[in-house]
Amino acid sequence: MSAGSMLLKGGRVVDPSQSLDAVRDVLIVDGVVAALGTDLSAPEGARVVDVSGKVVTPGLIDVHVHLREPGQEHKETIATGARAAAAGGFTAVVAMPNTDPVIDSPALVAYVAAEGAKAGAARVYPTGAISLGLAGERLAPMGEMIEAGAVAITDDGHPVMDSGLMRLALEYARGFGVPIADHPEDLGLSAGGQMNEGVMSSRMGVRGKPNASEDVHIVRDLLVAEFTRGHIHLQHVSTRFGVEAIRQAKARGVHVTAEASPHHLLLTDEAVEGYRTEAKMNPPLRTEADRAAVMEGLRDGTLDVIATDHAPHHYDEKEQAFDDAPNGIVGLETAVGLILTHVVGKGVLDLPTMVERMSTQPARAFGLPGGTLADGAPGDVTVLDLDASWTVDPDAFESRSRNTPFGGWELTGRAVMTVVGGRVVYEG
Amino acid sequence: MRASPRMPLMDDAAVRRALARMAREIVERNGGIDGLVLMGIRRRGDVLAALLRDEIQRAEGRPPPTGALDITLYRDDLAEVGPRPVIGETQLPPDGIDGHTVVIVDDVLYTGRTVRAALNELMDWGRPARVLLCVLAERDGRELPIQADIVGRRVDVPGDERVEVLVPAEDDRLGVDLVDPGEAR
Amino acid sequence: MSRAVSSPLGKDLVGLEGLSADQIRTILDTAEPFKEISQRRVKKVPVLRGKTIVNLFFEPSTRTRVSFEFAEKRLSADTVNISSSGSSVVKGETLVDTARNLEAMQIDMVVMRHGSSGAARFLAERIPSNVINAGDGRHEHPTQGLLDLLTIRDHRGPIEGLKVCIVGDVLHSRVARSNIFGLLALGAEVAVCGPRTLLPVGIEEMGVGVFARVEEAMEWADVLNVLRLQLERMQGGFVPSLREYNRIYGVSRARLDATGRDLLVLHPGPMNRGVEIDSDVADGPHSVILNQVTNGVAVRMAVLYLLAGGAPDKAEAAKQGGEA
Repeated sequence: MSAGSMLLKGGRVVDPSQSLDAVRDVLIVDGVVAALGTDLSAPEGARVVDVSGKVVTPGLIDVHVHLREPGQEHKETIATGARAAAAGGFTAVVAMPNTDPVIDSPALVAYVAAEGAKAGAARVYPTGAISLGLAGERLAPMGEMIEAGAVAITDDGHPVMDSGLMRLALEYARGFGVPIADHPEDLGLSAGGQMNEGVMSSRMGVRGKPNASEDVHIVRDLLVAEFTRGHIHLQHVSTRFGVEAIRQAKARGVHVTAEASPHHLLLTDEAVEGYRTEAKMNPPLRTEADRAAVMEGLRDGTLDVIATDHAPHHYDEKEQAFDDAPNGIVGLETAVGLILTHVVGKGVLDLPTMVERMSTQPARAFGLPGGTLADGAPGDVTVLDLDASWTVDPDAFESRSRNTPFGGWELTGRAVMTVVGGRVVYEG
Repeated sequence: MRASPRMPLMDDAAVRRALARMAREIVERNGGIDGLVLMGIRRRGDVLAALLRDEIQRAEGRPPPTGALDITLYRDDLAEVGPRPVIGETQLPPDGIDGHTVVIVDDVLYTGRTVRAALNELMDWGRPARVLLCVLAERDGRELPIQADIVGRRVDVPGDERVEVLVPAEDDRLGVDLVDPGEAR
Repeated sequence: MSRAVSSPLGKDLVGLEGLSADQIRTILDTAEPFKEISQRRVKKVPVLRGKTIVNLFFEPSTRTRVSFEFAEKRLSADTVNISSSGSSVVKGETLVDTARNLEAMQIDMVVMRHGSSGAARFLAERIPSNVINAGDGRHEHPTQGLLDLLTIRDHRGPIEGLKVCIVGDVLHSRVARSNIFGLLALGAEVAVCGPRTLLPVGIEEMGVGVFARVEEAMEWADVLNVLRLQLERMQGGFVPSLREYNRIYGVSRARLDATGRDLLVLHPGPMNRGVEIDSDVADGPHSVILNQVTNGVAVRMAVLYLLAGGAPDKAEAAKQGGEA
């Protein structure tokens, strides 16, 4: 992607990495942040945008998305996913490796990175699989994949059930400084489950996944990370006990980072009542006590990052009986509006903390450039309009898929401009 | 403008006089009461059938076997009026209807559709030797080629009024009224 | 074109959950006269003449399908059976495509059994035809629930205040769920009894009591509804052995006699004699299992009849993809 230069004038700049929340001009020259200041002037040829009344943040980063390419391009491609990310205010996304074929070799990592660069929208960072073919048996070539651009190693969607393999992965990854990201789920306890196990699943006659299936695995991962001193990144935490276990592990000094997803922050298993497949996901939507605990974990920093787990599915696949429909919802184009309206808007997080959870911390947890507007940082910027009222219209998504339980929600606040490397990749 | 939406055509005494005459006609037509069966159509036709049975018993010394037909499941207008949750039971006399002269008793003969349903149901129950139709009130408006054999009273209905037969079991009195549309029974 | 009329049940019968006590009583009361039709010489009335009904069975079933078929034929409907073997079901056609095909063929009613919970509702929301759930996954089997209610009412009078215990594999049972929702709606007290591995999580929060021992359940209950123990549950490890299941949870004559009480025993069939129920109970004086079978036809006739009034207004809404 060619580097650009631009000047964003008069916005409220919120950059938690520098504890900054003030009206500033942001100058980007040749793709990197050149200056923050007042009354800055633009170099010749640079685009000047008046963003007064708007909020300017370091580019938002989603560390958990499924772009489906290669193999399931009917759901999403790297290009459509990168455009959806840009439209949602994200300047970078981290693509999960559970594609077909699985991203478990340096060539495939390089392919994802190259396709991402070609898209010319949000930056796309590849990840590589922990195990060859996500089979949970033998380590994939982690070092080579990292050299090819993988920013994390994960078997997402396929929990690593073999604790010995998890030990090896965490130990081996230490030498490369990347996190091992795990989808915490004990497959024995969750076997056959299609939703949260509880009164709702009992009433609906649908097999459930108990909280314990996630809790057991979170605790296992924390203990293995503790003794290996590796970096474990726990994905989409959804249970009350899981949040508490992470909180305690952090207090003990375990190197753990963890995600909260917008849907686990805002919805409970009541959303699947009536066999609504658009609310079917894994981990499942749980009870109100769990939802509140995830929110509290996000508030107090136990959960470091907000990540969408953007999981596109073709409408035919969701248009099935509940048991037969796949898990997952798209999230890139709703996350900012949902979080601004229902997390910041309800006073759970202030705006700088939201930016920290969606930009600064994701960059830090995954060792990515960005997450800051310090001099010399990538010229990645998200411009938010906090007052824009809008209605979620899945038909208007840039994503190739529309599977969301949030269709029709009335939201306040959205990204109105997304800048990557000094170039505008989305404006709306 | 009529003074009352409900105009009496026959009072209790008039109905009883008519029933007594109809009972005689039934016996005459059958040449006695051997092989005679009365089948009243629910609801009201069955009440009238019981009154006719009593009249015949008074005159002949013994009652003819009497039953009741519920034609709900034989109606042809389910799609228009919707299902009727209360379905009555059809009751046949102990010896059935095969080879008998069956007198179908109803309150009002109007479109003829009720009688059509009753005939169909009757044929499912057996093979009567002969079927007669006996109604307390007959008016015009037939939609099927059906006519009564024994009639209590012919009523000329000028507009879109309805002829209503009232029986003690359902309506607390015996009579026939002409009713303005919109007036509920 | 007929004008819009609405059935007392709405367009479909997907489950007993959400039906009012009045609606359930209407079905049971309507079933009464239908019992008599099956005794007639000509066991047929013309009320559904000209209606087309498809029996769409994605799972094998003999008794439910036969019972529906008798009910349909006794009401003079034209019926077509589609079962999973030999139909496009096995060729990978999706449920939504099946639904569209039925719609294109102008079917009046669909009776469906499907392995996935929620499948009946899924179909009902997508086609204008009346949909009757003949069992969806582990969710509901409403006509079985209704015939159980009718049988209990026949033998014990009003359901209100009766104590009914469902014994066995409640977890996997759509019969259990329909019984629970129907019985609670009519004001019965409901409990379940069985190994904890076969009871759903949070069952108490549905207003249902739990007995650990079948002897205690028998002391408490007026009616036992004994569920079939699918043999694959043992392979699934939910119970260690059939012998142990019978010894601990089996409904035996000795246990019934020990209570000194006159319990009514139901079983939705097919029975595993010597597992969940002993033969001397199944064939004994407590059992009303064959009455259930007879009532099954009457209840299904009542449901078909009540839904058949049609509700074109709602059907239209379903066609548009809205709530029906």
